[in-house]
Amino acid sequence: MVEEQIPHSEQVIHLEGVSVRYRVPSERIGTFKEYMIRRLKRQVQMRTFWALKGINVDVYRGEIFGFVGDNGAGKSTLLKVVARVLRPTKGRVIVRGRVAPLLELGAGFHPELTGKENIFLNGALLGFSHREMLEKYDQIVDFSELGEFINAPIRTYSTGMYARLGFAVATASEPDVLIVDEILGVGDETFQKKCAARIEDFCRRGTSILLVSHSMATIEAMCQRAAWLDHGVLKFVGEPGQVIRAYREKER
Amino acid sequence: MQPTPIYDSAQLIPHALQELKEAVRYRHLLFQLVRRDILTRYKRSFLGVAWTMLSPLGIMLILSFVFSNIFGATRAYPAFILSGLMAWNFFSQSTTGAMSSLVWGGGLLQRIYVPRASFGLSAIGSGIVNLVLSFVPLVIVMAVTGVPIQITAAFLPVSLLLLACFTLGLGLAISTLAVYFPDVAEMYQIILTAWMYLTPIIYPETVIPAKYQLILHLNPMYYLVKLWRLPLYDGRWPTWGEFWPAAVIAIGMLLVGWFFFTSKSDEFAYRV
Repeated sequence: MVEEQIPHSEQVIHLEGVSVRYRVPSERIGTFKEYMIRRLKRQVQMRTFWALKGINVDVYRGEIFGFVGDNGAGKSTLLKVVARVLRPTKGRVIVRGRVAPLLELGAGFHPELTGKENIFLNGALLGFSHREMLEKYDQIVDFSELGEFINAPIRTYSTGMYARLGFAVATASEPDVLIVDEILGVGDETFQKKCAARIEDFCRRGTSILLVSHSMATIEAMCQRAAWLDHGVLKFVGEPGQVIRAYREKER
Repeated sequence: MQPTPIYDSAQLIPHALQELKEAVRYRHLLFQLVRRDILTRYKRSFLGVAWTMLSPLGIMLILSFVFSNIFGATRAYPAFILSGLMAWNFFSQSTTGAMSSLVWGGGLLQRIYVPRASFGLSAIGSGIVNLVLSFVPLVIVMAVTGVPIQITAAFLPVSLLLLACFTLGLGLAISTLAVYFPDVAEMYQIILTAWMYLTPIIYPETVIPAKYQLILHLNPMYYLVKLWRLPLYDGRWPTWGEFWPAAVIAIGMLLVGWFFFTSKSDEFAYRV
C-alpha cells in the first residue's frame, strides 16, 4: 500500500473494517407458498457470501476518489454502504454530511407528473423540503435547459431531457459526498461538458466524489486517489496511475 | 440550512426507533408521496376527484339493490353499507398501496437512503385523503335515508386513528413479505375478499348465528369497523367495552408491523 500523500485535511468518509455479508437462499425460492412448504420440510438453506471483507479507507473533503475492479468485486456494494442503503454486517461507517447519489439519472421520476412536480418529488427523496426546493427551482430549470417543457408530463420527454433534469436535480444542492456510478455517458457532448464542469466546481467548493468507472482513462483523468477492489478485498490504495498499473498487472 | 448530518453505522439506536426518527425528518417526502398518489390518480381520469366519491356510491347502489331482500330490514340499509365500506376501503386500499408503493420505490432503495417506512406511511396519508373525500356522498346518502349525522361523529377521529394504526401495522408487515415473495401481493387480494365477507360490512352482525360468534370476535376488523360505524351510523358513543379491544388490537398490530418491518428493512436493498 502506498502512503497517503494528501496533507492532513478533513475526513468525510471513514470506513473501518467494513464487511458486508449477503445471505441468499441457495436455490431461488420465488413464492411464499414454496417457502412455507420448504420451511416445513426444513429445506431452506442459506448460502452466505461476503461481498466486502474488512475494508479500511478514508476519503477527504474535496477529493475525487475512484474505484476500479472487475464486475462483482464489490464496488457497488461499497457505494451502497456509503450511501447508507446497506448496513455493514461488521465494521463501522462514518459519513459526515449529505450524500447524493447521481442515480441512473431520473430514477424516482414519475412519468405522469410534470417536470416541475417531479423536481419537488425528487427533491424530497433527497431530503429537501418544499421551501428548499423552491429556492433551487429556477437554477434547476435553467441547468436542465427544458424551458416550456417543464410543465409537460415527463413521459413526453426524450432520453436526453430526462437525463438533464435528473442531473440538474441531483446536483442542485451541494452535497458533501457525490456518488457517481458509471453514468456520465448520457446526453450530448455539450451537456456532458457542462456536467463535468459542475462536478469540478463542486470539488473546488469541498464536495468529495466517489467515482466508479470501467474507463481507466476517466479514473486517471479525474481522480486524485483511487482504490482497486478485488473479490471484496481492498488490494491497493493510492495514486490513480499506480492503482491502474497494479490492477492491469493482475489481469495478465 | 440544516446542520451537517453525521451518519455512523455503529450508532446504538434500535432500528425501530431510528426509523421513526428518520421518518419524521423526511416528513416532506411523506407529503410529496401523498401528493404524487393523489395527482397521478386523478390526472388522466375524466371525472377527476369525483371518482373517489362515485365509486363507493356505485358499489353501495349495487349491493343495496342485490341484498335489499335479504338484509333490507336493516335501518337505512344504503347508509349502513356505505359507512362500513368507507372504513373497509380505507383499510384495503392503504394496505395494498403500502405494498405497491414499496415495490415502486424498490429501484430507489438500492441507490439512495430514504426511511423505508415513508412508503407505508404515505399510503395511509393517501387513504385518509380519499376517506375524507368520500364523506361527501355519505352525508348525502345519510340525509336522504333518514339517519343524519349526529354529534357523536366527533368520536370519528379516534376511530380513524386506531383504524390507521392497524392498517399501517398490517401494511408494513405484508409489504415486508411482498419484498421477499412476489406472490404475496396476489394472495393478499384473495384474502382481502374473503376477509371483507367475514366482516360485517354489507350485513349486520345480528345475522350471524350464535355458534359462529367466535369467528366474529377473532376478526380484528370487526372491532375496528364497529368502532367506526357506531358514532357515524348508529349515532351512539362507543362504550368502554367497545373501545378497548379495538385500541389494543390497533396498537398491538402497529408495534408488531413496525418492528418486523424495521428489522428487515436493511436487507431490502438487495431484495427488491
